[in-house]
Amino acid sequence: MIITSEDARDRKRKKQVSGTYYLILLKKGGNMFSILRSMWLVFLHAFNKRDTIQYPEEKVKLSTRWRGRIVLTRDPDMGERCVGCYLCAAACPVDCISLQSTEDENGRRYPEFFRINFSRCIFCGFCEEACPTYAIQLIPDFEMAEYNRQNLVYEKKDLLIDGEGKYPGYNYYKVAGMAIGGKGKGEAINESEPVDIKSLLP
Amino acid sequence: MEESSTNYFLIIGGVLFVMLNVAAGLIWLERRMLALWQDRYGPNRAGPFGLFIVLADTLKLFFKEDWIPPFADKAVFVIAPAIVVVTVLLGFVVIPFAPGIMVADLNIGVLFFLAMSSMGAYSIILGGWASNNKYALLGAMRGAAQMISYEVFMGLALMGTVLLAGSFNLKDIVEAQRGLWFVVPQFIGFVIFFIAGVAETHRLPFDIPEAESELIAGFHSEYSGMKFGMFFIGEYLGITLISCMVVALYFGGWLGPAFLPPLAWFALKVFVFLSLFILLRASLPRPRYDQLMEYGWKILLPLTLLNLLVTAGIVLWMNE
Repeated sequence: MIITSEDARDRKRKKQVSGTYYLILLKKGGNMFSILRSMWLVFLHAFNKRDTIQYPEEKVKLSTRWRGRIVLTRDPDMGERCVGCYLCAAACPVDCISLQSTEDENGRRYPEFFRINFSRCIFCGFCEEACPTYAIQLIPDFEMAEYNRQNLVYEKKDLLIDGEGKYPGYNYYKVAGMAIGGKGKGEAINESEPVDIKSLLP
Repeated sequence: MEESSTNYFLIIGGVLFVMLNVAAGLIWLERRMLALWQDRYGPNRAGPFGLFIVLADTLKLFFKEDWIPPFADKAVFVIAPAIVVVTVLLGFVVIPFAPGIMVADLNIGVLFFLAMSSMGAYSIILGGWASNNKYALLGAMRGAAQMISYEVFMGLALMGTVLLAGSFNLKDIVEAQRGLWFVVPQFIGFVIFFIAGVAETHRLPFDIPEAESELIAGFHSEYSGMKFGMFFIGEYLGITLISCMVVALYFGGWLGPAFLPPLAWFALKVFVFLSLFILLRASLPRPRYDQLMEYGWKILLPLTLLNLLVTAGIVLWMNE
């Protein structure tokens, strides 16, 4: 007897069909045990410690990098760090920062007003990244809820803190090479004397 | 005569009061138990252990706007949620809670229960249809698909206990378990009946008609206020009813060691099954409705018939 390939295929198919029902049964049986197993595993969670932080009583521990409330910091001499360069306002994707820069009698720039509308702010941290003087910083404080939307507009007196924030010891005007009242050219930290461009001597 | 009729109304009132409160309390129990199994706390602020959440939920349901969509079939839309509550409450009529605490000592108790619980499917289908909303209709359609996949073996599954007890009367069935609970000889029947019960109350994992992730809320998408609340309470009542039935049919009803009153044993056993319902919800994913149909028709129905055949054979052989 010659077994053609068609016969063989036919027989194979028949075998498969009769096997399918048992396969389904087996698969379902296996599924049932996995179902019981997952129910048991979920039940065991009853004896686990609960992950919930009971928030108002128990505070959340956030890392210092956490992007929460925005503050304006001061340098070690308690002067304002912000020099009113508008970079934060320019970097802000939702245009929630508005400020006006001005100068004091020593030639130090500072913002005349500085306003952040926190009802628009998305806490992206771009302002902090754009800031050349470490003045504007996002701190791990998120408890800013208000009943009145207008109260979310923070003026400079609400933003300015009496500290240096995340970058202690940094003083922009001490390292910047510009002359202001009380500090001439070349007197900044790590700054060399200015070159006399009118002299031919080395 | 006068005294017995007062007694009768006392029992009806008592059952109504207790069951509606149990259903409301299940809101709290479910949220606490789910939280326990998900490593959370659940409601724990309002009152002791967050128990007042039940009160808050009830008040909220009562004061929400009860809106009927202008495009809905008004009469059916209003009747649909009532059907589920009414039929499930009627199902409690035949449950023997304890000796003497039973609303109607029906000789066809099991059949009455089956009839009443099947009627609950109407509320889903009518509710979904009357909403005149495609998602609701899809939910209703899934509900119908689910109904024809579990109803076939639901009744057959508990015929094993009927055979063993020789009666359709639930009180007799409980009494017949004095020596041995039917869960031992009828283990397959118990498992299948429980699966059918979960599908019957359309609880997770068989909450196919109201899959909130795919169908918004399924058949009750358009419902609000107390009409939604009736579906909500109806579901919890349904769980309680199925738990009561499982206890009465397979776990010896009120029977138990004498140090607790019969009613306490019944309540304790029912509580275990209510927790099991919630555990199921916490652990299992939802199947597709074609999977449920395949499972029902190809696996559970043959298994049920086999169980019935073997049980009947054994009963015959024992009686010889």
